[in-house]
Amino acid sequence: MPMDSNAVISEIKKGFILDSIKKGKRIDGRSLTDFREIKITENFIPKACGSAMVELGKTKVVAGIKIEEGTPFPDSPESGVMALNIELLPMAFPTFESGPPSEQAIEYSRVVDRGIRESNVIDTSKLVIEPGEKVWMVYIDIDVLNYDGNIIDACTLAAVSALKNAIVPASKYGGEDFKLPVNALPVSVTMAKIGDELVCDPDLEEEQVSNGRITVTMAEDNHIHAMQKGDVGEFSLDEIRKAIKTSSDIGSKIREKYLR
Amino acid sequence: MEGNIKLINDDGLRLDGRAFNEMRPIKIQTGVIEKADGSAFIEWGANKIIVAVYVREAYPKHTQNMDRAIVKARYNMAGFSVEERKRPGPDRRTMEISKVVSEALSSAIILEKLPRVEIDVFIEVLEADAGTRIASLTASSVAVADAGVPMRDLVVGCTAGKADGRVVLDLSKDEDNYGQADIPMAILPRTGKVVLLQIDGDVSEEEFDQATSMMMNAMKDISKIQRDALMSKYSIEDGE
Amino acid sequence: MKCLETKEIVYPGDKIELNDLKPRNGLYESNSEYFSEYFGVIQRGDKFVDIAPFNSPYLPRVNDKIIGKIMDIGPTMWTVDINSPYYSLLHINDTPWHVNAGDLERYLNVGDFIYAKISQSNEIRESWVSMKEPGMKKLETGQIIAVKPPKVPRVIGKGGNMINLIKNETNTKIIVGQNGFIWIDGDIENVNMAINAIKIVEKEAHTIGLTDRMAEYFKKLKGEN
Repeated sequence: MPMDSNAVISEIKKGFILDSIKKGKRIDGRSLTDFREIKITENFIPKACGSAMVELGKTKVVAGIKIEEGTPFPDSPESGVMALNIELLPMAFPTFESGPPSEQAIEYSRVVDRGIRESNVIDTSKLVIEPGEKVWMVYIDIDVLNYDGNIIDACTLAAVSALKNAIVPASKYGGEDFKLPVNALPVSVTMAKIGDELVCDPDLEEEQVSNGRITVTMAEDNHIHAMQKGDVGEFSLDEIRKAIKTSSDIGSKIREKYLR
Repeated sequence: MEGNIKLINDDGLRLDGRAFNEMRPIKIQTGVIEKADGSAFIEWGANKIIVAVYVREAYPKHTQNMDRAIVKARYNMAGFSVEERKRPGPDRRTMEISKVVSEALSSAIILEKLPRVEIDVFIEVLEADAGTRIASLTASSVAVADAGVPMRDLVVGCTAGKADGRVVLDLSKDEDNYGQADIPMAILPRTGKVVLLQIDGDVSEEEFDQATSMMMNAMKDISKIQRDALMSKYSIEDGE
Repeated sequence: MKCLETKEIVYPGDKIELNDLKPRNGLYESNSEYFSEYFGVIQRGDKFVDIAPFNSPYLPRVNDKIIGKIMDIGPTMWTVDINSPYYSLLHINDTPWHVNAGDLERYLNVGDFIYAKISQSNEIRESWVSMKEPGMKKLETGQIIAVKPPKVPRVIGKGGNMINLIKNETNTKIIVGQNGFIWIDGDIENVNMAINAIKIVEKEAHTIGLTDRMAEYFKKLKGEN
């Protein structure tokens, strides 16, 4: 991997971020639980079955959904298929490379996928055309265009927003188009551990000084549907409980403001 | 398929209502990818394409050319950009486009000024609706200029083709699918020299001349859009 | 709202009339005519015509005083990011310290910033920096920001008048590297005020009467408080 200055945080910046957080403030003026500005543009890709561009601060992602007919998996003949894939495009950050997905891209994809799958956003049993023969395949592809930290939350927001406006193109196959039924609006909240504090929605520089990240994805039921401790670092059980509480508080606010 | 779909109606208008020599609307914006040295977003009809340029020492070191910069364009399509979901990763078509775009840009860039450097041009097609290679190249050239790379000229491109046997400008998706020819072309406007040209279909010499003269005309307008896009980032309004 | 008066803007490939001046930076020749290599503005001096690009990568020039970031450590040399497509090198003998081979981390680590001078460069743009001159040092506190390299002269201003204005008005210490990295130290609020001012200068560098407008800007800022 080529060296790049963006991937190395300077010592003086590191000190500055740590000192600020000790005083309960972040260098961009946010409180510890504040998210950056969120901007969601739904139907950004009119030709996709559903789509959304999400800007989370300077992090920018586009989710697009394609729904096609296909054959079900042999072990679940009475269920449609959902697949989610995140592409960390090389344009998004100097050390992202072209080629097969990196471990990082796969981890992010799987965390976002679990949050959506396990909160039953899509009821796959309703996506069967002919049991064992034909089902709807829902492909959620997410392009990361600019990386400035916290890809997981940006991608979860984008995927859910895109699913919300998705149409199943049944008329292409001789049926009638219908709105993809969406049963839940999960929100992921990712926190970075910086010093002794948990900070929500870390930007790139905060990620670079953090000792571990934790993501908690919850739906309206306030239950945990996905959780992931990532990056090198340690959390106490108390910190994890605090993370769950924060996700529940902040997540419901985000849901009300941006997904309703 | 041919003949089943009527691409030009009795009034001489095309399916989307355009005249035979009328372009789809084009919009370009620069400075859209914060981390990149230069970037551009182009909307050309329903095409949506984003381009980011990085200028850096070629890596690994043995790939460096001691006399000049290398230009590496990588054209990629998002999974949701086309009718049938596109599997991620390059295929023969995208690799060919990457190559012809890299070569066209190389003619415009003053490569000797930046020895050992690789100019990476990442092209992401978010929504495809015919003519993506030319839209990509037109946007790439703006993104390279935005990065401050020395250039002889701003490459500009256009397509023409044949629909219902008639030469038309800037093919739509239907015309691309059911027409008789597709002619993407790009030039260096100062000299008029051609740096990209492909033909796919059936074109007489006379039709070729018609197509090129139509494209040359249209490219003047597209050049203007490219320049305005570069300038818009620097237009400052007095915030009184 | 009115548009500010700007200088003459050109695009790559635009023909440049020399009017008896000599072509210098940012122009290429073809059939005895001259054309712009950049999207930028024409600058006509007493003798020369230059094209000042709105953006261009920093290219190392001997004697430039620059700010660099340590990127990698070898047995006897550090690799330095100089806000350029090209990395530069710092050899242990070109530091103010007595550094033993293999013991480089003790003095400068990855992520540290230095103020240094380009001591050598060659035709393939390899370069070396030195910290031996007076004033060259490791930057221990403060903030670093980057501006586009072609904007540096404007940030400094004629005889330093722009940067001195900003320093005085914000009560900060500032070092402007000729490569576009800028070091600012002082109270956090003052540093942020200086950063905002520099960003305005960077954005409006191609307009006329900027120093006066910045003086006005500070006056207003003070008036509001």
